[in-house]
Amino acid sequence: MKKIFLSTLIIIVVIIAAQLSCSKVTSGRTDYLPALNPSKTDIDAGSWKTVFLTGPTEFSVAAPVAVTTPAYIAELNEIKALQKNITKEQEEKIAYWGAGGVLRWNELMRELVAKYNLPPYQKADGVYPAPSAANPFAYPLFPFANPPYAARAYAYISAAQYDALVAAWHYKKLYNRAAPYKTDVAIQAKLQPTDLPSYPSESAVLAGVTAEMMKLLFPGEIAYIQQKLEEQELTSIMAGANTRGDVEAGEALGRLVAQKITARARTDKAGAAIGTPADWAQIENAVTAKGEIAWISLDNPKRPPMLPLFGKVKPCLFDEATTVALRPLPPPSTTSEQLKKETAEILDFVTHPTRERIRIVHFWADGVGTYAPPGHWNAIAAEDFITKNFSEVRWARNMALVNMALMDAAIVCWDTKNFYSNPRPTQMNPAIKTLTGIPNFQAYISGHSTFSGAAASILGYIIPERATAYQAMALEASLSRMYGGIHYRSDCEVGLTTGQKVGSYAIARAKTDGAD
Amino acid sequence: MRRYNTGYCKKRLLSLCMLLSFIQLSAQTDMDAIMMTKNNFCTGLMYNSSNWTDYWEGTLKRNNENLGTVSTKMYAVMGNYGVSDKLNLLFGIPYVQTRASAGTLHGLNGMQDLSLWVKWNPIETKFGKGTLSVYGLGGISFPTTNYVADFLPLSIGLHSTNLSLRGMVDYQVGKWFATASGTYVVRSNIKIDRNSYYTTEQHITNEVSMPDASNVQLRTGYRSGRMIAEAIINNWTTLGGFDITRNNMPFPSNKMNATTAGINIKYNIQAVDGLALIGGGSITLAGRNIGQAGSINGGVFYILDFSHKAKKTTQLAQPVKEK
Repeated sequence: MKKIFLSTLIIIVVIIAAQLSCSKVTSGRTDYLPALNPSKTDIDAGSWKTVFLTGPTEFSVAAPVAVTTPAYIAELNEIKALQKNITKEQEEKIAYWGAGGVLRWNELMRELVAKYNLPPYQKADGVYPAPSAANPFAYPLFPFANPPYAARAYAYISAAQYDALVAAWHYKKLYNRAAPYKTDVAIQAKLQPTDLPSYPSESAVLAGVTAEMMKLLFPGEIAYIQQKLEEQELTSIMAGANTRGDVEAGEALGRLVAQKITARARTDKAGAAIGTPADWAQIENAVTAKGEIAWISLDNPKRPPMLPLFGKVKPCLFDEATTVALRPLPPPSTTSEQLKKETAEILDFVTHPTRERIRIVHFWADGVGTYAPPGHWNAIAAEDFITKNFSEVRWARNMALVNMALMDAAIVCWDTKNFYSNPRPTQMNPAIKTLTGIPNFQAYISGHSTFSGAAASILGYIIPERATAYQAMALEASLSRMYGGIHYRSDCEVGLTTGQKVGSYAIARAKTDGAD
Repeated sequence: MRRYNTGYCKKRLLSLCMLLSFIQLSAQTDMDAIMMTKNNFCTGLMYNSSNWTDYWEGTLKRNNENLGTVSTKMYAVMGNYGVSDKLNLLFGIPYVQTRASAGTLHGLNGMQDLSLWVKWNPIETKFGKGTLSVYGLGGISFPTTNYVADFLPLSIGLHSTNLSLRGMVDYQVGKWFATASGTYVVRSNIKIDRNSYYTTEQHITNEVSMPDASNVQLRTGYRSGRMIAEAIINNWTTLGGFDITRNNMPFPSNKMNATTAGINIKYNIQAVDGLALIGGGSITLAGRNIGQAGSINGGVFYILDFSHKAKKTTQLAQPVKEK
């Protein structure tokens, strides 16, 4: 009896152990995707309206050599040699990049934002050091990819990719060079065959433009990015989609476009957004002069506000005067009954947290060490775009619209925050303990709400059948900040509507950029 | 075999504390070489309070003015049943409560993981001047509620289902003993509320792969039918995982290691048959991605005798005669 009991027990234990250890590997939702299979080539995308370029021909791309020349035949032979000795690992890389270059670079961007989204630790004297672009490897690492920094980085990368691909599509149509596998039947098309001309390579345009932009945005990652660039370019050759010449022309074009946009980014006033102690004092004094309680940092030791002059950054979709025009009316006065009521509501939320509300708080928190709220909306957008069979240029256009809306939402939101410098609920009532970290900037208006309102609006335009779902997500993201104890209802409601206003500028652009 | 159907019993706190990981790695681990006699059921309540101010961010020791002192209180119900003199079944389930003394973060609380253990004592033999006993244990623990794992250091647990396999050797000469044990803990993946997270790379999933862990413990001291007093050294090592990056928050799949030292005392109340009190404390000597916790605990246990022949007599307060 005892022996039977024991042996049964041992068998059960072994089975459970086997199951637990077999399930160790986790796979991501986008690890194994089919090859990008655009429903149309968007062959006329060279005529779409560019964002920062004056037009598709601002940078010239030399005509390719004829496909009958020995030089081109040598390029075809390189592909054949590569395909002959292809390894399993290389096939996996082809499949990885074949799912879409805009998608993969977007995922890499999100990864870098998450890696760099860490507030610096204070020095021994309690003063916080600032990251230095000139020395990105010294602690604190450059950049601190906080939400406004991240929003701007996603936007510049996306807009640059879009502009570069519009130019690429112009030259593709102009030179009309067929893909290698169409010219030479001995070359296998390892991804979806397409009628899209192959010169210049869209993969290499993406690699070049992104790698070049990254020098500005993530200067500590140049070596890592260069490795990804080489990987993407090589896979597009190995896949039979491009020759070495297609790739070289593409990368060169991408880098030129990026250099122009880098120059724009260097002068957009983001570099000065951190402000000076005098600026910080002025923000506070302007509010106390009106008899209001000004925001103070709830970090220990107190930290200067996060990029308080980010509201002055030059937007993508409108001008600086519009930033000010979009600034909402003031929040409830810090001495008002209204704010007292709203503070009490938040205290009630954190005093009675439900498991479902905590789930919502944490699902949308996107705080320290994450890809930030703009990254979350990039993830939402990307996972939906995967199902839509967009061409690379349309992927880039849609990502650019989303990310320009997010960057401009950050600008309007930060302008508002630092104009009214409104305290967080916990500053008004320290009994409010929060279910996520309190961001180190003012309450009014909620950044999550502004980002979500903007992103949900433009996404609802791009994928109308999901519009209601996006609005519901935006509302949940907005409410999550109240459930978490870090925002009043006013912050969230006005944040959402302000974000939607920013989103309408992206929609207006989308309607007239020639893509729809 | 130390078969004492006296008033103390095993507080099977090991698995419970181990699951707390970042919060608490207590040396209050009752990996003891004692069996309940057949048809005896020992049950009781345990309280454990653990606090830390300093913690290891990777290998760097630091404090955090936005957490202050993080404290964890645990109230557990435990029990141990003697299926036979050689085979015991044990269980434990704690309620856990966390709190940070500074900063704004909200503490959490709730029922944590149910642990079930089978303890088997196949070998016991005279060896030199004393008695050598060998034990094998198998345990499983699993979350009883959908508590939050991904809010460290204020989570009440890590939410993985764990399977533990332990070998243990005990040697006793007179009333002095030493016990050594080694445990391998297989941990299941967990699901968190976020659907993407960064470790040393970005993961686009809500599923987190939890590295397995090992545990080695040495304990030595005095053991009689009336009382036990012992010193314990414990090491928990996570076999994999990653370090917290500079000024980042901890994460459930961090490489959490800890070496703790502690003492335990168990005492049988003479006046009431079957009633025992236990108490102890521990400190953390070394660690990685974990708080440098100090902890104290106390508990009260009582034995119920379900054997047919046994009636409650004062004899219960005596050790069963050794074979």
